[in-house]
Amino acid sequence: MTSVKTQQSRNDDGLAAVVPATAPQQLVKRRRKPLTWDKVSFFAVFLGLPLAIYLLFVIWPFLQAFQYSLTDWSGFSPNPNFIGLENYARIFTDDIFMKAMANNILLVIVLPVVTIILSLVLATLVTVGGSSKGQIKGLRNSSFYRVVSFFPYTIPAIAIGIMWGQIYDPSGGLLNGILTGLGFDQFKDFAWLGNKDTAMIATMFVIVWGFVGFYMVLFVAGIKGIPAELFEAARIDGAGRFRTAVSITIPLIRDNIQTAYIYMGILALDAFVYMAALNSGGGPDNSTLVMAQQLFFTAFSKGQFGLASAMGVVLAITTLIFSGLVFLVNRLTGGDKDVSN
Amino acid sequence: MTTRVETPERKSLHFQPRTPASTPGDKVVGAISHTALTIWSLIVILPLLWTFMSSFKTSSEIFASPFALPSVWRFDNYVKAWTEAGIGSYFLNSVIVVGSALVIVMVLGAMCAYVLARYTFPGSRAIYYLMLAGLTFPIFLAMVPLFFVLKNMGLLNTLPGLILVYVGFALPFTVFFLFSFFKSLPHEITEAAALDGAGEWRTFFQVMLPMAKPGLASVAIFNFLGLWNQFLIPVSINAAGPRVLSQGLAAFAGQMGYAVDFGALFAAVTVTVIPVLIVYVIFQRQLQGSVSQGTSK
Repeated sequence: MTSVKTQQSRNDDGLAAVVPATAPQQLVKRRRKPLTWDKVSFFAVFLGLPLAIYLLFVIWPFLQAFQYSLTDWSGFSPNPNFIGLENYARIFTDDIFMKAMANNILLVIVLPVVTIILSLVLATLVTVGGSSKGQIKGLRNSSFYRVVSFFPYTIPAIAIGIMWGQIYDPSGGLLNGILTGLGFDQFKDFAWLGNKDTAMIATMFVIVWGFVGFYMVLFVAGIKGIPAELFEAARIDGAGRFRTAVSITIPLIRDNIQTAYIYMGILALDAFVYMAALNSGGGPDNSTLVMAQQLFFTAFSKGQFGLASAMGVVLAITTLIFSGLVFLVNRLTGGDKDVSN
Repeated sequence: MTTRVETPERKSLHFQPRTPASTPGDKVVGAISHTALTIWSLIVILPLLWTFMSSFKTSSEIFASPFALPSVWRFDNYVKAWTEAGIGSYFLNSVIVVGSALVIVMVLGAMCAYVLARYTFPGSRAIYYLMLAGLTFPIFLAMVPLFFVLKNMGLLNTLPGLILVYVGFALPFTVFFLFSFFKSLPHEITEAAALDGAGEWRTFFQVMLPMAKPGLASVAIFNFLGLWNQFLIPVSINAAGPRVLSQGLAAFAGQMGYAVDFGALFAAVTVTVIPVLIVYVIFQRQLQGSVSQGTSK
């Protein structure tokens, strides 16, 4: 039985090609051996140790968060009162938290789209920007662009935030230096992060800056995985570069795009580090305040742990809804069956 | 796309002679591609170069002109950042915490993934989904209860506490990645090892683990970047403990409003950025490969 099961799950994982269909079942089959000390100690350590740490430091806190969110716990009283959904009612009538939620939703709408489009364009330029005659090949020196674009991903987010905070500095910053140097004198001493109309856009740009390279590398790898024959066939059929990108490349790396969209969306729903580094107080008129900041403040500055846990639950549910929506939209619009050129 | 940086010398780079086979259309497309990619590369590099350059300037020089080179290439800022601001000791703490957590999570993650991938037993599916849950939920949700879990264990604001939490949160990703990796290794090898008389322990450490090296390297790189960059966990559960680099950097920047020393801040950022950047440039080939592996599953 065991062998059949392994075989099936392997096929489920799309590894069918690796496992020869004719592999004799007899060989793979493992006999149920009596439990030896070797086996018992092996399972205890290999499974027990990692699971113990994981359950204690990850799963247990997650579960407790749901429980705390129904209490008025402040961290010190031994017996917090059970107050039902009161914390949630409070959150949804709290204007500041709702503003933070709206900001997160704005981020989750804008960031994945902008980042993915930009990195897709760059990845396409790198991979299929080369000659239209002869072999399908990428642009010359493309590895330079790839390596450089990836730089920001290796930099800690907090360092990115601090660095850009200085770049946006009204008087000594690089951005205003460049703009006034180019003759745009209205930007002299313009506070990008201090103006409620520009703070959010400036912040979004920083996050996009940090991630475009990573997704570009991801998409380049995806595009390189497409067999060259498909591009050649399209070219013979008379498809130009743009047509090839839209009808061949994008449908074929659709799974990568979906993964990127979810990762980027989860990041946008958090965004704590960037916001904390660029505008730790939530920005002018709370224009860059996000739920995570409000949660952190409620928990570790105000000590309202019950309320903060409820905010965490709201954040988690928003994340789950978002991931679900992305899967659903991808499924409804045809998933990966769409390669019909 | 708010900062479009224009450079006059850009054009000369791109109209190079190309292979004879290219058509005029190709040249235009090539030129446009190079232009777009160069603009993006400049957007990436200029801020980094500017930070590097500013790290040698005094605060008054920084405010005088954002572009001017420092009058003297002085290292005062680095000395100040490293000793007075404590970046040196934060750096060391980061190395200790990330190094230990990385070793532990790689060993435990490989063991767990191996058992889940190669053995079928009641509950193995459930454990797998439990790992998936850990990847899906935002870390934020766990922070408040985690604070008290550590407090009760006496591990709050300590480096060992931080290491254990890092291990816990890096575990699901490690297990997921290595799970598919161990699954793809041929079963015949385990059979051969068993026939030769190797027990479970020996099969794992002497046969399977060496075979999984490429997968382990990829996961280690991603775990390193993730843990080195981690900010939320240390500021939540290690706020009063020995600071790690990301935390120390934020604290240093937070004081800036009162004691303005921008040169030292730039130096601190440079110290944080440069080591990882150098390691990346050396290992970038392996990393490019692992990006595709890591996210395709």
